[in-house]
Amino acid sequence: MSTSKAKAAGGVERPLSPHLQIYAPSWTMVMSIVHRITGAALYFGTILLAYWLIAAAVGPKAFDTAQWILGSWIGRLVLFGYTWALVHHLIGGIRFLIWDFGRCFDEKPRFMLSKLNIVLSVPLTILLWIVAYAIK
Amino acid sequence: MRTPLSSVRGRGSAKFGTDDYWVQRLTAAVLVPLSVVLIIFLVRNGAASHATVREALANPICAVLVAAAIIAGVVHMRVGMQVIIEDYVHGQPWSVLAIVLNWFFSALIVLASIWAVAKLSFGM
Repeated sequence: MSTSKAKAAGGVERPLSPHLQIYAPSWTMVMSIVHRITGAALYFGTILLAYWLIAAAVGPKAFDTAQWILGSWIGRLVLFGYTWALVHHLIGGIRFLIWDFGRCFDEKPRFMLSKLNIVLSVPLTILLWIVAYAIK
Repeated sequence: MRTPLSSVRGRGSAKFGTDDYWVQRLTAAVLVPLSVVLIIFLVRNGAASHATVREALANPICAVLVAAAIIAGVVHMRVGMQVIIEDYVHGQPWSVLAIVLNWFFSALIVLASIWAVAKLSFGM
């Protein structure tokens, strides 16, 4: 395991700082990991947004194809996940901005904000889809 | 050499230190309202016809806000992905290659998306 790490450190076995598997999970830790995962998902999800916009710009035919692909059940499933990732990352981002200002670091607000992230993101995502279907 | 001015600027030998960190926070703050705008745009136009999307983007306010959301979003994600790469991809040449590919991918997404928004908005 350590051969590549030792090589990177110049052939010397260095002690490694403890990583995830050492710690018991907590709300702040789990929501921090989910923030990174949703961020990475949004990164690749921009391909879908760019594709949809390009299809619209190319013309009605290409747009119909895009709407058919994204409107299929698997397309909707991916877009639902994408919506949740965006909403979750947005709320999580607000939490990190609050922390950047040095607020809400005490134990109670810290965990409250982290829990609030998932508590808000799931129903908000469902609500967005209900609205999207209602106005269709 | 450490002059008082260079200390104040907070830039070491790398010449840039906190730029990415600062850009990440700035785009994050701006994306709070802009991503809400983008979500509203997509909820309204996600299942719409081609004509409806064209009409929506013909509105200059709508087109500029959507473009702003895409630009801020891509700048934000470029920095975010670089942080992930720096955390997990160690050693040359893979770390450098990943960071360069990250730049190319982000540039491609933003150019293609803005081209599309502009074309639709100008009604071409």
